[in-house]
Amino acid sequence: MTTAITGSPQGADEAIPVLTRKDFVSDQEVRWCPGCGDYAILAQMQKMLPELRIPHENIVFISGIGCSSRFPYYVETYGFHSIHGRALTLATGLKTSRPELAVFVITGDGDGLSIGGNHLLHAMRRNIDITVVLFNNQIYGLTKGQYSPTSEMGKITKSSPYGTVEEPLHPLRIALAAGATFVARSIDRDTKHLEETLYRAATHRGTSFVEVYQNCVIFNDGAFDSFADKEVRQERMVYLEHGQPVRFGRSREHGIRMNGYVPEVVRNAPGDGGLLVHDARDPNPVLAGILVEMRYPDFPVPIGVFRDVEAPTYNDLVEEQVANARAKEAADFEGLLRSGETWEVL
Amino acid sequence: MTTESAVEPEQTVEKLDRVTIRFAGDSGDGMQLTGTQFTRTSAVFGNDIATLPDFPAEIRAPTGSLPGVSGFQLSFASSDILTPGDQPDALVAMNPAALKTNIGDLRPGGLVIVDEDEFTDSNLKKAAYISNPLEDGTLSKWQVARINITRQNELALEGLPLPAKQKFQSRNFYALGLVLWLYGRSMDTTVKWATDRFRRNPDVLDANLRAMRAGYHFGETTEIFHHRYEVPAAEVQPGTYRHISGNEATALGCLAASIRSGLPLVYSSYPITPASDVLHELSKFKAFGVKTIQAEDEIAAMGMTVGVAYGGQLALTGTSGPGLALKSEALNLAVMTELPLVVINVQRAGPSTGMPTKTEQSDLLQALFGRNGDSPVAVLAPATPSDCFIMAMEAFRLALKYMVPVILLSDGYLGNGSEPWRIPAIEDLPSIDHHYAKPVDDSRKFNPYERDPATLARPWAVPGQKGLMHRIGGIEKSGQTGDIAYDAGNHHRMTLARLGKVERMVQDVPPVEVTGPPEGDLLVLGWGSTYGAITSGCERARKAGKRVASAHLRYLNPLPANLGEVLRNYGKVLIPEMNTGQLSLIVRGKYLVDAVPFNKIAGQPFKIAEIEGKIDELLGLTGPFEFQFGPASVLGGG
Repeated sequence: MTTAITGSPQGADEAIPVLTRKDFVSDQEVRWCPGCGDYAILAQMQKMLPELRIPHENIVFISGIGCSSRFPYYVETYGFHSIHGRALTLATGLKTSRPELAVFVITGDGDGLSIGGNHLLHAMRRNIDITVVLFNNQIYGLTKGQYSPTSEMGKITKSSPYGTVEEPLHPLRIALAAGATFVARSIDRDTKHLEETLYRAATHRGTSFVEVYQNCVIFNDGAFDSFADKEVRQERMVYLEHGQPVRFGRSREHGIRMNGYVPEVVRNAPGDGGLLVHDARDPNPVLAGILVEMRYPDFPVPIGVFRDVEAPTYNDLVEEQVANARAKEAADFEGLLRSGETWEVL
Repeated sequence: MTTESAVEPEQTVEKLDRVTIRFAGDSGDGMQLTGTQFTRTSAVFGNDIATLPDFPAEIRAPTGSLPGVSGFQLSFASSDILTPGDQPDALVAMNPAALKTNIGDLRPGGLVIVDEDEFTDSNLKKAAYISNPLEDGTLSKWQVARINITRQNELALEGLPLPAKQKFQSRNFYALGLVLWLYGRSMDTTVKWATDRFRRNPDVLDANLRAMRAGYHFGETTEIFHHRYEVPAAEVQPGTYRHISGNEATALGCLAASIRSGLPLVYSSYPITPASDVLHELSKFKAFGVKTIQAEDEIAAMGMTVGVAYGGQLALTGTSGPGLALKSEALNLAVMTELPLVVINVQRAGPSTGMPTKTEQSDLLQALFGRNGDSPVAVLAPATPSDCFIMAMEAFRLALKYMVPVILLSDGYLGNGSEPWRIPAIEDLPSIDHHYAKPVDDSRKFNPYERDPATLARPWAVPGQKGLMHRIGGIEKSGQTGDIAYDAGNHHRMTLARLGKVERMVQDVPPVEVTGPPEGDLLVLGWGSTYGAITSGCERARKAGKRVASAHLRYLNPLPANLGEVLRNYGKVLIPEMNTGQLSLIVRGKYLVDAVPFNKIAGQPFKIAEIEGKIDELLGLTGPFEFQFGPASVLGGG
């Protein structure tokens, strides 16, 4: 009889070979539309993965359904292209059973916020140690151009020829509300920022949630141009840095300050005095919540890490319970079968 | 032979082979406890036992109301018994509502014990009695023992520092004491149990024991009862026994599978009646490395289970009918990705929410076919509460060997019902093997669909294994490379391969056994929890000289290899089911046998007499059989 129960088929403590971006490129032909923002995200992910220094075979990508969810085929790791909206549930099962694995979930605005919205809330409240990257293109691409839960009010699409009559969801607002411990936003066209954000998300312990503004070149082209276009980006986006005053502009000449609980733009702020200082580590999510509500054209659009706090992870707590139970109680199966009232028949 | 001896009776003693008692009262009256204690006592005495607890759907329906009635039926015998009995021989009714909902089931001439104090105008009104049934001749068919249980209990507890309400709650112990006396049973088992159970609450312990003794001594001193009854111990296989319910047995069977396979067990589930007890049980087994996840919904529980299977551990989820409907898409993902996992479905009655606390077998076709596309899974069904232990292990053994999801179809009757169980020795349990994929030199050459020629199982390559990185998913894959493939021939072959795995499983399925003559006029074929009623009904028919056999299916997909041959050995085939004929449809379709469906969709198990009645109809001994559905009884009423 086997008494020792261990989950991992192989140990992972051998010296980790140095890997490069190429090691994470699979043999599959990438089939996204030419010019799709997904290419940039894939490239930055493949560039970032070797930096993690995790045994190659311990990395798993899980996706749902949608354009973004093709992602696992293109990364040379373990991969699971699951069903619509449920990637997080597979990831939760996998990470709970095999906490030594590094689990990434790739999802989109439809997959993650519409059909799979419930799972997103619960993964984040559990703080299971996985990295969730949500590609937000504010449209349904794979089903060819219907509006998504992040499409703006009035959006004209194939399924809304007269314009939508529903308000969009704001992914980061949801993440903060569900208690996510790492909340960030990046954008496909700023590759350096994207790679850095992915790295920070992957190294955070707990649920990391990254919204990536991703351009759908076919069905929603230019959705982020009004603030993310190269010409205007400096003026209309603000890069959040922990511990630094919130400043933007070509020479960081503008800033944000608080007026009561309402943020306001200070144009040509001479010094940092009175400007809002970003604190991603504040256990209180109120400040992050204020930043999340800043939208163009009233405000520059913030990107970067909004929140990055420490909290016990679901998988660690599960392991701890098992370890404590094992320390206190014997795993005596025969005893268990005989627990309660028994009687002998001779 | 036994650890507990019968008490020497003073009244005349009538020896019986089998007795069925039902305890009924308000859901706050503690009838489940009374029934359980009587069951334990009889088991320790050496009787064979079968029980059926039944409680209202409402957690607390209004006190004294008809929907608030809770019941517990047990049958104990000096021979092997397989059902909790058709008609009670004795009924304990703690209030008018309990009397009203249960009296119709009591056999004519049977004994009804009532708490006369509870037959007040207001309680009679709540039970919709226009006049007092104790006075108006309603009960003339039965022997009625009118006892002032409430008042006597109060007197027995006089002086104890407990509020009146709490004293009232000891009435069930009074009733228990009385019934223990009536059947010549000692109070020792309950004294022992209560002393432990109420050790932190000496006043309550004292109250309950005083109440029980008062009831017992009342029996001894009163002249209400002319007889006492004695059911001698049964001849049972030597060994150590305990009680086990189907849900407990399922949980223990899954743990046994974990121990025998060496794989940690992870159970993901969303609470649902009547399956939640499996979650409660498994969540206690942390010291065995069992992890339980209470998922945010049924779909999540299924998805998590797929994730666990993908990770190479023992993956389990459990639910009841509506939950299985929600799980179907994610379960189909496991079919497509060919991952080993087990789904427990403790079936309940009706479509939609239906009747959550009532039993039925109406998810067979859902289990077999309730997914999009051609989606074969293995389906197993335990026959008795303790059989859940064996079949849970079987489910994992087959899932791991063939890389196929397995649905285990239990039901409310098995899940909540309990029976004595001879505790197995661990070394006697089947071994459960699993194989992870063998690493290859280069991940890029690994084909996740390279099948084992004997089982067609694909290799189980799990994250963390070097050299086996690959991508799987819900999209059809090439059997040659594992890449996405839409070509016609491939889909054809992959669909047949997925089916072929379940078909080949038949080599691991034992032949169906026939009880009774190997050929004859009639075979009664069943599956799942109808085992007891069918087997007993056929036994009685044979005792009456009829050429009737029974066979019971524990493997529904694939069906045992010899089933076709067995079916053809009998003039007629009768298939009793608690649904509208789901197995009948399969058997008729697959074997071209003119099987006769016999369907009861009442939320209640078959009675032995119903099986006998239908047998007589098919043998041409009587006219068409008709169900006699009784009044709104909690337990047996049909």
